Amino acid sequence: MSIDMAQFHQVFFEESFEGLDVMESGLLNMDPGKADVEEINAIFRAAHSIKGGSGTFGFMNVSDFTHVMETLLDEMRDGRRQVAADAVEVLLQSVDVLREMLTAARDGGSADETRAKTQYAELQRVLADKQAGDTEAEPVKPVSPEMHEVHPVGWKIVFRPHSHLMRTGNDPLRIIRELATLGELTVNCDISELPAFEEFEPEDSYLSWDLRLQESTDKSQIDEIFEWVEDDCDFAIVPVMPEGYDATATVSSPAASAQVEPVAQGKPHLSEVPPPEERRVTDERRSEAERRKAPVAAGGSSSIRVDIHKIDALINMVGELVITQSMLGMLGEDFEMSRVERLREGLTQLERHTRELQESVMQIRMVPISFSFSRFPRLVHDLSSKLNKKIDLKMSGENTEVDKTVIEKIGDPLVHLVRNSLDHGIEKPEERLAAGKPETGTVRLSASHRGGNIVIEIRDDGRGLPRDKILKKAVERGLVKADDNLSDKDIYDLIFQPGFSTAEQVSDVSGRGVGMDVVRRNINELGGAIEIESTPGKGSAIIIRLPLTLAILDGQTIRIGAETYIVPLVSIVESIQIQESMLNTVVGRGETFTLREEYLPVVRMHEVFGIENHDAKRLTDGILVVVEGEGRKCGLFVDDLLGQQQVVIKSLEANYRKVEGLSGATILGDGSVALILDIPGLMRLAKQGGARTRTPLALTA
Amino acid sequence: MPESANNVKQIAGDDASGTQYLTCLLAGEQYGLNILQVQEIRGWEQVTRIPNSPPYIKGVINLRGTIVPLLDLRLRFDLPAEPYSKETVVIVVRASDRKGNERSLGLVVDAVSDVIVARDEQVVCTPEFGANVPTENIIGLVSEGDEMVMLLDIVSLLEMDADEAGGNRG
Repeated sequence: MSIDMAQFHQVFFEESFEGLDVMESGLLNMDPGKADVEEINAIFRAAHSIKGGSGTFGFMNVSDFTHVMETLLDEMRDGRRQVAADAVEVLLQSVDVLREMLTAARDGGSADETRAKTQYAELQRVLADKQAGDTEAEPVKPVSPEMHEVHPVGWKIVFRPHSHLMRTGNDPLRIIRELATLGELTVNCDISELPAFEEFEPEDSYLSWDLRLQESTDKSQIDEIFEWVEDDCDFAIVPVMPEGYDATATVSSPAASAQVEPVAQGKPHLSEVPPPEERRVTDERRSEAERRKAPVAAGGSSSIRVDIHKIDALINMVGELVITQSMLGMLGEDFEMSRVERLREGLTQLERHTRELQESVMQIRMVPISFSFSRFPRLVHDLSSKLNKKIDLKMSGENTEVDKTVIEKIGDPLVHLVRNSLDHGIEKPEERLAAGKPETGTVRLSASHRGGNIVIEIRDDGRGLPRDKILKKAVERGLVKADDNLSDKDIYDLIFQPGFSTAEQVSDVSGRGVGMDVVRRNINELGGAIEIESTPGKGSAIIIRLPLTLAILDGQTIRIGAETYIVPLVSIVESIQIQESMLNTVVGRGETFTLREEYLPVVRMHEVFGIENHDAKRLTDGILVVVEGEGRKCGLFVDDLLGQQQVVIKSLEANYRKVEGLSGATILGDGSVALILDIPGLMRLAKQGGARTRTPLALTA
Repeated sequence: MPESANNVKQIAGDDASGTQYLTCLLAGEQYGLNILQVQEIRGWEQVTRIPNSPPYIKGVINLRGTIVPLLDLRLRFDLPAEPYSKETVVIVVRASDRKGNERSLGLVVDAVSDVIVARDEQVVCTPEFGANVPTENIIGLVSEGDEMVMLLDIVSLLEMDADEAGGNRG
């Protein structure tokens, strides 16, 4: 029973956190003074299911807290209350508190109770506000969850081990000793169960105890002692109330509300404790024990939400696989050479299905990056008011699919970079106006697939990186010499040095100089790279490139001479056969072609890759694949286009190394290896041109 | 070379009866590979060339779904190249590099000849020849009858192409 509950915990927490996200984004979208019923409804529903779930799972503090939020939202929903800016703000903060509570509940820690209480009072204040409008300033008594707590003066504990207790490695004596550490303990041993000596089993436990603890300790401390034996004994923990206390009142905090009828006097016997109550005690305690176990479960297995279409596709594919398999089975039963053709067909089909199945299974790991991006509107909202800046956050490419492990690891570095942009990049409104820029700064967060990489960009239109300041600081710290000949890029790279910060003042947002080095390390760990672009006065951009280690890619197969390469379909703009008239040369050598008013460079693939025996000697004979990478376009000159297919990206680095111009390799249907082009890398390679590409050519010739 | 001696010990393990080495032929010379690092022996097959790689990297093959580079040992040691034939052998080795990552590499050799057993103390250091005889991939020499077998340091062979990458790029 209780173990079954544990498996739902994870789902509950996941759903709750999702609900919190929904509430948060809903609240951020809400225009003060204007109640969008749909929006409020969505927030209300999220709050409601969190309340329900937390109630079911015994997280009473969460459910009490959510209840007040819900009441507030309910009034807004019914139009009984105006959607005021401060109410939204309080709700947003409450979402944070709630998140904290849930995190604490999940990880077995304890939430910051004072904060919860303050926030609770705050919510009550907002709730009362409206009534204050009707009836003048009625003092509101904040009913905190811990309000009617009365401490018992002691505990009465009935402890009756099952006969096998000692065989589980537990010792009643240890438990009693531990109880004794909590306070003065009176022990009464019940030896009525002791059998006759000849029936005595040395490993069985026959004793039971009535214990009385003269100390008003917390019940959870007692629970903790019994945690390991709860399944191997009967026990009851009954509070002893102070004289004159109304025994029917609710005891203890709601979080650990052991509503056992207080048995203040008289010798308690197990049968005196009403069975349902007893079960309640154990359940209560169990859920607490599970909460403690929860982090283990959370660390051991994490779940993933998968689009139902992906699952459906998977099921369809398995169905087809089964059909193919039975067809082949029938064919094999009485096989003769005349049917070899059908066998071959069947095998091809089998191969295709297997491959598709493999691809779909891998797709399941891919989740949209919006999981990681969704936290930023809130972050920007909070930080911009804290920093007194006006900032607009624009996000694009939220649906770019990224491997789940990447999502998990990229979150913190991104937060850091966005904070940096807000704090250092974007100027104060006055400063912006003085510089002739719009008052509101813009931070753009975008994600895309490019050349076998996931590229995440954080771009702001702020003041850019202070080149001279960085250089000065680096010289001061002895990282570089003043007369070193450094490019802008080298200088910007210095900010990734550990402990490097140019901020004159350490704010609580950033400026401590911890972080950029960690950001880079995290990204390097994922096998990615980070790059900085900056224009003084115009803004800066951080570009993160992450490899798609597990990804599948739509590719166009091309042929150059006898070699086959894959061009990622996303980078292809179009493929054309060019006419003589489109061609031009720059200073007699650089070949360009005109495509819709644009002059684009031609990259002769066979030259860049040193391929001999290519057949198209003249540009008009072959095909130009127009590709785009990092905002630049060029035409790849190839011999032929072969076909489009999905390919599974295999790492070249695992056994070899990173090769400029290639993002990985894949295995084609015939088992041979084809290399996947990395378009931006290829462009760099082509740009470095002659010297670098010619040398290996000379070597192989 | 004290460093080489260390390597021998590390690779040889603690087997009292000695370590087994697979020997192969390369332009009439005998080379030995620690047999525990040998994954399999294959015939030469068509490779996919990697553009702009050093000439001794012949390309990559699909080894049951893993992309494995092939390194021609003749070219690596600047021995005269020989056309590949049916007898050309690829020894796939697998070992942890210095960063602890397991890496595979196919070594193209002329032929596989024997398995020999050598105890650590039988392995002698490679004499120094100076710059014109590269010995950084050889951890020691061992006599087998009247023949000399050069023991290859697989880890350094795995590393080298990574080093090359840095050198090329810089």
